[in-house]
Amino acid sequence: MSCNSDQPDMNRRGFLGKTVVAATAAVVAPGIMLTVAKASSEEGASSAVRWGMLIDTNKCADGCSACVDACNKENGIDLMQRPEGQADEMWNAQRPQWVRKVKLRDKQTGEVSNLPMMCQHCEHPPCVDVCPTGASFKRADGIVMVDRHTCIGCRYCMMACPYKARSFIHQDVAEQLTGAPRGKGCVESCNLCAGRIDAGNSTTACQDACNRDGHQAILFGDLKNPDSEIAKALKTESSHQIRADLELNTGVRYTNI
Amino acid sequence: MIKTQYRELHCSSPRYWGGLASLAFIILVGLGAAFHMEHNGHFVTGMSNQIVWGLPHVFAIFLIVAASGALNVASIGSVFGGPMYKPLGRFSGLLAIGLLAGGLVVLLLDLGRPDRLIVAMTTYNFKSIFAWNIILYTGFFTIVGLYLWTMMDRKFEQYKRPVGFAAFFWRIALTTGTGSIFGFLVAREAYDAAIMAPMFIIMSFSYGLAFFIITLISAYWWAGRTIGDLRLAKLKNLLGVFVGAVLYFALVYHLTNLYVTQHHGVERFILLDGGIYTNMFWIGQVLIGGVIPLFLLYSPAFTTSRFALSIASLLVLIGGFFQVYVIVIGGQAYPMNLFPGKEVLESSFYDGVVASYTPTTAEALLGIAGIAIAMTLVAVGSRMLRVLPESLEDPAEGECA
Ligand code: SF4
Ligand code: SF4
Repeated sequence: MSCNSDQPDMNRRGFLGKTVVAATAAVVAPGIMLTVAKASSEEGASSAVRWGMLIDTNKCADGCSACVDACNKENGIDLMQRPEGQADEMWNAQRPQWVRKVKLRDKQTGEVSNLPMMCQHCEHPPCVDVCPTGASFKRADGIVMVDRHTCIGCRYCMMACPYKARSFIHQDVAEQLTGAPRGKGCVESCNLCAGRIDAGNSTTACQDACNRDGHQAILFGDLKNPDSEIAKALKTESSHQIRADLELNTGVRYTNI
Repeated sequence: MIKTQYRELHCSSPRYWGGLASLAFIILVGLGAAFHMEHNGHFVTGMSNQIVWGLPHVFAIFLIVAASGALNVASIGSVFGGPMYKPLGRFSGLLAIGLLAGGLVVLLLDLGRPDRLIVAMTTYNFKSIFAWNIILYTGFFTIVGLYLWTMMDRKFEQYKRPVGFAAFFWRIALTTGTGSIFGFLVAREAYDAAIMAPMFIIMSFSYGLAFFIITLISAYWWAGRTIGDLRLAKLKNLLGVFVGAVLYFALVYHLTNLYVTQHHGVERFILLDGGIYTNMFWIGQVLIGGVIPLFLLYSPAFTTSRFALSIASLLVLIGGFFQVYVIVIGGQAYPMNLFPGKEVLESSFYDGVVASYTPTTAEALLGIAGIAIAMTLVAVGSRMLRVLPESLEDPAEGECA
């Protein structure tokens, strides 16, 4: 497979200026108040960037769960309590899992590979298309997430997501982190550590954890910036989208599977 | 020409109120179950992140599909001018409203946040077929309500046909919309078929008519009124055609799926080795919901047997319920193929394995309450409104009732 076929458009940088001008023009008209609101909320979610991830399955270690643990901590998932007396099987089926480890074997060659699986941050996300209220949405910077104030818990997005990337909160939430609000009856999924990124960080919790363990299997960055590490890597290595046949143009890519 | 006289459903009080009281009890129990699930969260149900739509959705979809089909009798009467069906039009409209309301209550109470109904009613994502369905359902109530009015109020008689046409098309749109909910789930193999929407329409014809026959016979028994044999024979033949058509569509659906190589897995799952789903398909959908009713409907031994007709209608409903169960739950249980050519050795999230689902009593109680809500609305409606003809004796020779 050609490494270029899956590449996102890298030449959008020059659009930055124009976008800002256009955005300003669009918001000035309705009035000053709106301009203020817009400016503060849109900060960090500019369409000049598209956040994405490149995962090298060769480097992802068998039996390692550093990324999963880090995600659980970062997003307060580890604060969830298993309901009393619930069996392992049901708990695993009901507890939120933003990222999971999957171990695969090629049916022909027998080659074994490991990879973390999470929301792929589709450019054309089916979860957003089907959501009746618009709670499931894509930010200008490509991050797909759920607005927990408008999610009615219909779970249609979970039916529509081809990657089973979403979790429904099946129980009361006793404790949670301010940065990762959570509520019984709503749906959530990986948001590429949107809070961290908006605060100016350039890495996700899972990437940090993976690096700390010395695997370097996860690379996070701006797909639209030709100088970013991830864009360069995508240019030189042959990468894949999972279920590329669905043409969702995922923001998360994999090499060596 | 004798004009049909409609009269409110009056019957001996104990029979009516007793029946109503039992329905109310079932509804209360169902609401209690819903409260239990909402209060604790869905962890008390059999649903999970693997099977996200459970038994309540099966009931809800079944009722909503049946609702649009129940209107069929009215459509045949006023849109296509079938004289035998005409006097049944009002009751058909009332039943359609009742069934839809029952289904929607179940759907609503199974949401993660039913308290956000107002959000669902005011914030629309117009790309979502689900949002369109909300509009289709609301519109259905309005249009069928108007339709009932035009049928019942002489002054508006001239609008009966146009409103009837509108209701007819709206109802087709509604079922198509319901079927399309699945059509949009491209990644799930069981649903990736264009035939899904027309199949839902034909399913609605069949379930709706079965509901209609059962409630009509019960109402007339309740009220001690009579129905003519000829009229029942008409309904019976129609049901036979619909049941046959549902079987035919199921056949085409599976054949086309077998034609698509990537779908062989899911076909094998439903038709051969899917355990409970395979049983539900063959025993529930095909045998109970298809073959036996067809036998009861067409066997010369039962030509005028009302009992056979009622049993056949009941079996059609049971079989239809299994059919929806196989579509909704079976379609989710079968794993999505994320990694073609690979087998999944390990995953904490059940990748690559058949998801298990055991519905809980609470889920079933909520669903049954949906049916009770529908029946209560019909019972109260026919007591308060003139929807049921005084007599449904067959018209005299050469006469159009
Ligand atoms: S992977 Fe699933 S949840 Fe994530 S954007 Fe795509 S469809 Fe939505
Ligand atoms: S569960 Fe929430 S986010 Fe998902 S489709 Fe329904 S309203 Fe939208």
